[in-house]
Amino acid sequence: MIEPNWVLARKRRNLEQRARITQLIRAFFVDSGYLEVETPLLLPGNAPEVHIDAVPAGRGFLQTSPELCMKRLLAAGYPNIFQISHCWRQGERGSRHLPEFTMLEWYRAEGDYRDLMVECEQLLRRLCPTGEMNWQGQTIRLDSSWPRLTVAEAFARYASASLEDVLREKRFDELLALEVEPQLGQRQPVFLTDYPASLAALARLSPENPQVAERFELYIAGVELANAFSELTDPEEQAERFTADESLRRQLGKPPYPRPEKFLAELRNLPVAAGIALGFDRLLMLLCDAASIDAVVAFTPEDL
Amino acid sequence: MYTCSDLKKGLKIMIDGEPHVIAQFDFTKPGKGQALYKCKLRNMITGALFDRTYRSGESFEPAQLEERDMQFLYQDESGYVFMDQKTYEQVTLDEATLGDDKYFLIDNMEVKILLHGERGIGITLPNFVELEVTQSDPWVKGDTAAGNNKPATVSSGYTLQVPSFVETGDVIQIDTRTGDYVTRVKA
Repeated sequence: MIEPNWVLARKRRNLEQRARITQLIRAFFVDSGYLEVETPLLLPGNAPEVHIDAVPAGRGFLQTSPELCMKRLLAAGYPNIFQISHCWRQGERGSRHLPEFTMLEWYRAEGDYRDLMVECEQLLRRLCPTGEMNWQGQTIRLDSSWPRLTVAEAFARYASASLEDVLREKRFDELLALEVEPQLGQRQPVFLTDYPASLAALARLSPENPQVAERFELYIAGVELANAFSELTDPEEQAERFTADESLRRQLGKPPYPRPEKFLAELRNLPVAAGIALGFDRLLMLLCDAASIDAVVAFTPEDL
Repeated sequence: MYTCSDLKKGLKIMIDGEPHVIAQFDFTKPGKGQALYKCKLRNMITGALFDRTYRSGESFEPAQLEERDMQFLYQDESGYVFMDQKTYEQVTLDEATLGDDKYFLIDNMEVKILLHGERGIGITLPNFVELEVTQSDPWVKGDTAAGNNKPATVSSGYTLQVPSFVETGDVIQIDTRTGDYVTRVKA
């Protein structure tokens, strides 16, 4: 007997759930007045993020996020848009990472990051009508309003050093990942908010406190699920941030990307807006009670 | 020298002059932040277990251990006994050193024993082993193989997930590196 590909076959329940969730997400956004868009996956360049490395393809790069094109759409007058697309990031492979993964991004004009928090709550409740999610032995309640916790508070509560100290010692990522994240969103999802200005490249600074940016991350059961912000709309400031990031990339010996000039030029027309990127595969991990991202995709890179 | 991208479970590196094996490994990275390589390391000499997290840019010295071809003889209270077929020298490894590999040892299996001086501190098994299924729920005719799997126990006492069509008495091939079912060898 030639055995079937059993590893693939046994994912069936998860892949059926994946298809169902995709349709529910589409319905949610269409019902909320969003337009589904598709933007190119092959680009001349991505935003120059210090710690994200794009996969080269032909004479360009695969997208690390659809962000730049989607903001150009916003700037051209499309008010509410969403997209589910594949993104590629080099060197990212682990129990919650795939070098090619699926991202859900949505953007709304005339809104800010607080509106996005409300939409996250609404979306998750629509996907889990029971009002709770069970993941790896934990029950996470979705019904009442989700807590908001500032980055400074989170470090004070869970980390072995204060936010100030870790920023100075350049240990933010390490303590965030090892000490803070595992504590977040255990009984209810939590929005981690008010990131220090230095950690929010494309986000608008808070008018009340320019030391922090209007950025949040959504955590459920210690899993980083989404990253969102009120958009930066000042082209000069954006260009400066790009320059600073390009310089840091150079210092780390990373290859340069062509500067997204059209994006910068059109940024002037960006209305007040907010955008969010949500890890679709990670959302499925939570909904399918999967310990590994491998269980919710048909093929991992190693299967090919 | 290894870099962070070489780190994985089973890799052996020198730390403070002593060989260590990565017992568990996970890559993690906050979305906009630096990559972190989380390792649970075991000192192959003392058996001490500890956690360490590495960042991109770090490099690691491979553990240069002597490897000798040996054969598994038997297990007794002292541990698992292996013999060098050329010199008839015997080396014993304790259960803690073997870890889950103990489930994949079969009589006369040819393995590589890793030595530190004269002491056996590690083992490299062949990539695949064949073991008989000693317990599993029966396959109900009419069940499709698609999407169905069930737990089974093999003769060494190891339990794993297998496709529904595998029955007690079947011999199955297991990948010793992952502990996963590969294929049925004999029905």
